[in-house]
Amino acid sequence: MPVESVFNTTIQRVSILDEHANFDASLGEGLIPDDDLVAMYRHIRMCRQFDAIAFKLQRSGRMGTYPENRGQECPSLGAAYALTDKDWLVPCYRENAGLFWRGLPPEMILLHWMGDERGNAIDPNLRITPIAIPIGTQMLHATGLAWASKYRGDGGIACTFFGDGATSEGDFHEAMNFSANLDLPVVFMCQNNSWAISVPTKIQCSAPTLAQRGLAYGMHCVQCDGNDLFAVVKVVQDAAKRARTENRPTFIEAVTYRLGDHTTADDARRYRDEAEVELWKGRDPMIRLKRYMIGKGIWDDARDNAINEQVEHEVAQITARAEQIEPPDRSDFFNHMYAELPDNLRTQRDTMRTSSIGQDPLQIDVPLAQQA
Amino acid sequence: MANLTLVQAINLALVQEMERDDRIIILGEDVGLNGGVFRVTEGLYETFGGDRVVDSPLAESGIIGTSVGLAMAGLRPVPEIQFEGFLGPAYDQLCTHAARIRTRTRGALTCPLTVRVPVGGGIHAPELHSDSPETIYSHNAGIKVVMPSTPYDAKGLLTSALRDPDPVIFFEPKRIYRAFREEVPEDEYTVPIGKARVVREGSEMTMVSWGASMVQCMNAIEASERDIELIDLRTINPLDYDTIMTSVRKTRRCVIVHEAPLTCGVGAEIAARVMEQCFLYLEAPVQRVTGFDTIMPYYKLELDYLPDAERVGKAIEELAAY
Repeated sequence: MPVESVFNTTIQRVSILDEHANFDASLGEGLIPDDDLVAMYRHIRMCRQFDAIAFKLQRSGRMGTYPENRGQECPSLGAAYALTDKDWLVPCYRENAGLFWRGLPPEMILLHWMGDERGNAIDPNLRITPIAIPIGTQMLHATGLAWASKYRGDGGIACTFFGDGATSEGDFHEAMNFSANLDLPVVFMCQNNSWAISVPTKIQCSAPTLAQRGLAYGMHCVQCDGNDLFAVVKVVQDAAKRARTENRPTFIEAVTYRLGDHTTADDARRYRDEAEVELWKGRDPMIRLKRYMIGKGIWDDARDNAINEQVEHEVAQITARAEQIEPPDRSDFFNHMYAELPDNLRTQRDTMRTSSIGQDPLQIDVPLAQQA
Repeated sequence: MANLTLVQAINLALVQEMERDDRIIILGEDVGLNGGVFRVTEGLYETFGGDRVVDSPLAESGIIGTSVGLAMAGLRPVPEIQFEGFLGPAYDQLCTHAARIRTRTRGALTCPLTVRVPVGGGIHAPELHSDSPETIYSHNAGIKVVMPSTPYDAKGLLTSALRDPDPVIFFEPKRIYRAFREEVPEDEYTVPIGKARVVREGSEMTMVSWGASMVQCMNAIEASERDIELIDLRTINPLDYDTIMTSVRKTRRCVIVHEAPLTCGVGAEIAARVMEQCFLYLEAPVQRVTGFDTIMPYYKLELDYLPDAERVGKAIEELAAY
């Protein structure tokens, strides 16, 4: 037989709680205890308030460019929930929900977007790498962090977050290839939110799913409803188990949607239909969670209204902490260049406001003395 | 003491530091069973095993990017990039990340990695196997750039690099990998990063160079009647200006020799600093003998591109006659 099929597979999609409040009990029952569910719902509410205030801070000139997270909270939150504190979270810049859940003080994210580097001084015990501005480079860091955990045998894994656009970057493919071929415990969480600024997913990938990109690397890959907290928790739990017990990576495509603009510097009305946004507003992860909790009798409108005031107060305090920080020292940017500041940098720092860079005072003094 | 080539000295430093510190992991293309294309890592796979000497996929950005992760986790990765011409794909990970992890996190995370890279021309290799990109990585803040010219310094400097808390690019001048031997202590020792060495004292002019060009400089000096002070930079970033300025204030003349192109080369920076700090001492403009502002030619003409003892000799006479 000259031609035969040597490889066949299918891509599975996991959905547990859909936008119509259908719940697959066979997969979802007992997956998230009620108390945790309420806490995570409340957490998303806080993140929405955080987003709204951050947007206002930018519009009123109190903060620089900010990327709204609205609508795609579940992939990072579900992952942070499903992982342990010894696992690394390696984000891009739209993972507030997961990072805050892990314990990152929210004012640090505000500080970051306020142009204050103190927002990045993350306690290493949190095992969170800072916001990654360039697209697609951080997956290699996650691969290295996971590699270190494997080398040390500390049981940790790494989960990295990125968007659909990042899967076009070379480093994404190198990270997938390294982790698969060197047997490294990495979870690749692709948050397919349909848009890379103005460019739709079809320009990044012409295959039917992004998930199948994992196939080329011999990696387990799966798609899930990225607006379904249960589905995300389920696929991340499976991926984490695979990483911990077999040192095998997993590629997850979480299908979600960016309800806001790319950043406050963007206007998405220039390139996408309002009808599409309205469609996805109907799939809002927060709304379906609330509907599910009310249906289950663990939530009600009275309690829902009561948390408005709570999150407003909470975010006001967060904002105050970010805005009230003392100004950085003017030579602060010298402080963390190297473990020890080299002599030539020390000179630059010490003379930054008193003379032109590098000018030897003796050389200045002599001609002045000659004039006199 | 052992009489070692530069390659052997580097290999010995790797062995001793790997024995001393199990955080050190070597990764790269062909570094394992094959011992590296220049055999620098020969025997390490057998001694330390496949967990510590890792043949990686063929992807330079991946090699450096995963090293950044390994380093952030507290290990001491020692990635090898096979030739300097292939640093390009890794530039982003080196300069966008390795160089910035400490500042970006205000020291919460650091990036102690040592990138080993054979550098420079003169071995009749194919295209992109002969360049000298040390300027690029020195201009980019946050990375230390080292280039030894002797087996003794190679062992001591590499030991320092492997113990350094920040990223280091360790350029290995491939032309002199096996060009000569030198007595090298078998016991561990360090040569500090950021300190130049006065190789030869002199009174008439100061010559500054590094890497394989040091051999050309020495040949030119020996062929000359002049009394020349020769400085081996050893570290390109951070640069030891004090040693240069002390010498130039004494000799009042300065010539810089490097393989890399003239424009914006390290020589330009040194010349500017000498002008700033020694202006009133100078008897002549600072002179440079360098590669040309062209693409490094294929190997039939590479010796016409590289500074040699003849060109350096002419510069000596021009500078003395000014």
